Amino acid sequence: MNEAQTTDVIVIGGGLAGGLAALALARAGFSVALVDAQDPAAMRAAAFDGRTTALAYGCARVFRRLGLWPAIAPEAEPILDILVTDGRARSRLSDGSSSPFHLHFDSRELEAGEPLGWIVENRVLRDALYDAVAAEPAVALFAPAAVASAEFGPGAARATLEDGRALAAPLVVAADGKNSALRRQAGLRVNRWSYPQTGIVVTVAHERPHKGVAQEFFLPSGPFAILPMTQNRSSLVWTERGDAAPAYLVLDDAAFLKEIENRFGDYLGRLRLAGPRWSYPLSFHLSQRFIAPRLALIGDAARAIHPIAGQGYNLGVKDVAALVETLCDAASLGLDIGHGATLARYERWRRFDSTMLALGTDVLNRLFSNDLAPLRLARAAGMSAVGRVGALRRFFMRQAGADLGELPALMQPGP
Amino acid sequence: MPADAETTPQRSSVDPAEIEKFSKMAAEWWDPFGKFRPLHKFNPIRLGYIRDAACAHFRRDRRARRPLEGLRLLDVGCGGGLVCEPMSRLGATVVGIDAAPANIEVAKLHAAEAGLDIDYRAATLEALLEAGEPPFDIVLNLEVVEHVADPAAFLKDSAALVKPGGLMIVATINRTLKAFALAKIGAEYILRWLPRGTHDPRKFLKPEEVKAPLAEAGMTVTATAGVSYQPLLDLWRVTEDTDVNYMVTAVKRSERI
Repeated sequence: MNEAQTTDVIVIGGGLAGGLAALALARAGFSVALVDAQDPAAMRAAAFDGRTTALAYGCARVFRRLGLWPAIAPEAEPILDILVTDGRARSRLSDGSSSPFHLHFDSRELEAGEPLGWIVENRVLRDALYDAVAAEPAVALFAPAAVASAEFGPGAARATLEDGRALAAPLVVAADGKNSALRRQAGLRVNRWSYPQTGIVVTVAHERPHKGVAQEFFLPSGPFAILPMTQNRSSLVWTERGDAAPAYLVLDDAAFLKEIENRFGDYLGRLRLAGPRWSYPLSFHLSQRFIAPRLALIGDAARAIHPIAGQGYNLGVKDVAALVETLCDAASLGLDIGHGATLARYERWRRFDSTMLALGTDVLNRLFSNDLAPLRLARAAGMSAVGRVGALRRFFMRQAGADLGELPALMQPGP
Repeated sequence: MPADAETTPQRSSVDPAEIEKFSKMAAEWWDPFGKFRPLHKFNPIRLGYIRDAACAHFRRDRRARRPLEGLRLLDVGCGGGLVCEPMSRLGATVVGIDAAPANIEVAKLHAAEAGLDIDYRAATLEALLEAGEPPFDIVLNLEVVEHVADPAAFLKDSAALVKPGGLMIVATINRTLKAFALAKIGAEYILRWLPRGTHDPRKFLKPEEVKAPLAEAGMTVTATAGVSYQPLLDLWRVTEDTDVNYMVTAVKRSERI
């Protein structure tokens, strides 16, 4: 058996969640081994792939506190307003108008004085994280490297890499994604839901400025979101019936654009496709436990949700903030950071939030992806109530902005 | 060779029936969701109290990674090492003693797994004194004094092992009706936090009964605090209510003045 390199934490998976975890833990004073299967150089060389993240303002604070914001800000578009419309697709209405029921969320109504969030290309976040991790002496990066085996002993965990190197630490953080091998090895069960819907994601460039307004139309086939990006571009998240989506995906660019225009309208002028099309079957999974002996799940390894509310990565950021705080508090008392009593606090903190959001998202989707008259009336009543009551509007904005509940220090307002 | 309670020479403060009870529980010390779950929940609050008291007294920065570096600490009745291990991580040079050899075996095994260097000994306080153990910067008596046969003698022996200018922290349970209701009936019979028979409520001590022997042994009591369970929040807090669980901090006076 090789002499293992010992650190405070081993993070497995160097994506957006794992990279952030490694950096935040290192900045909090922990030594970290970060293992990623991907070659960082190859990842960085990749061109814009069309994938973006809607970073809630509470989560952007984490990047700000870690000093990453200067590298991200020039390429992050602030969301100043969100307009939600319970509207049927224009192509199906003779007069081309949307239903009159809509909601306006205005970031200027919030005390925090921050935008509601930012739309950032994933590669911008990834570059900022890679640069910071590479410059961080407390992070030992093993990439590209694959984990051959992991053992979770009573006093420490041990990971052996395929090249024979061995790592040891009191805690392993699983950031190895939706199909987490560590989660499977730990025997943690996952609840899965899937929806008969497909999310089509694409970037378009447009003539007129979006003025930082994000639009969400609730169409019978599912929500259609237009999210403001830098350089007069917008990221579209178009939810379509699963049986109808493949036909749209194989259309040529002109016909595909025409379908978009039918839903999008012409308020931004002429549109042009500015990135490849992506499609995701809409599904949702939630691990029944977020912890196992000497193991904590973060990001998609813990849960991945239907992208209706743009909360996917934000949940991972909140995981990181809560985990770092839990481990700091334990370490400041001399407690074992990988002990079940420590990890139980992390799980309590994060699992409730994830369950509520998953259920809320599910209800929202079922309620809105529907053209039944009684449901449309109920939606109209609900939206008009929220629209009239400032406190309700602020509640929804703070909820979506990840600025409610027991916030970890990294997510609290202030400098 | 672990020293047995029976082989301890002469006067012994240890009640053999108490030792037997805890030996049975020893193997489960470190399971956070097992029998000792309440202790794991209770532990952070007292660790924070000890860390803060020690940092204030020895003028250490409590935010430092190892604020107790260089301080010699004795944990009397260390059990499975639930306090020794954190104190060692905070930098202290730790000696843990317990009269129950099984506890010491569990503690040694666990410290080795965690890679911590802790000097565990199956010994009593009296044995330590008789062997001429040099005094410590910090002596901890946590939830022990209510289990010994002669608390006053035990506290005086403990004080003899504190360096002049050193610190002692005693945690125990008050002999009040409220403590009987909560710590005995509540914890053992209703909530089932502790096995029945863990505590003999007649052995609970009033704060004066802790402070008087300490004063006689040359120590000045500097703080008394309550540790109370908040049932709605399911957590423990340091409070001013010393009716049930409480902690006493005392400083050993320097001999010369």
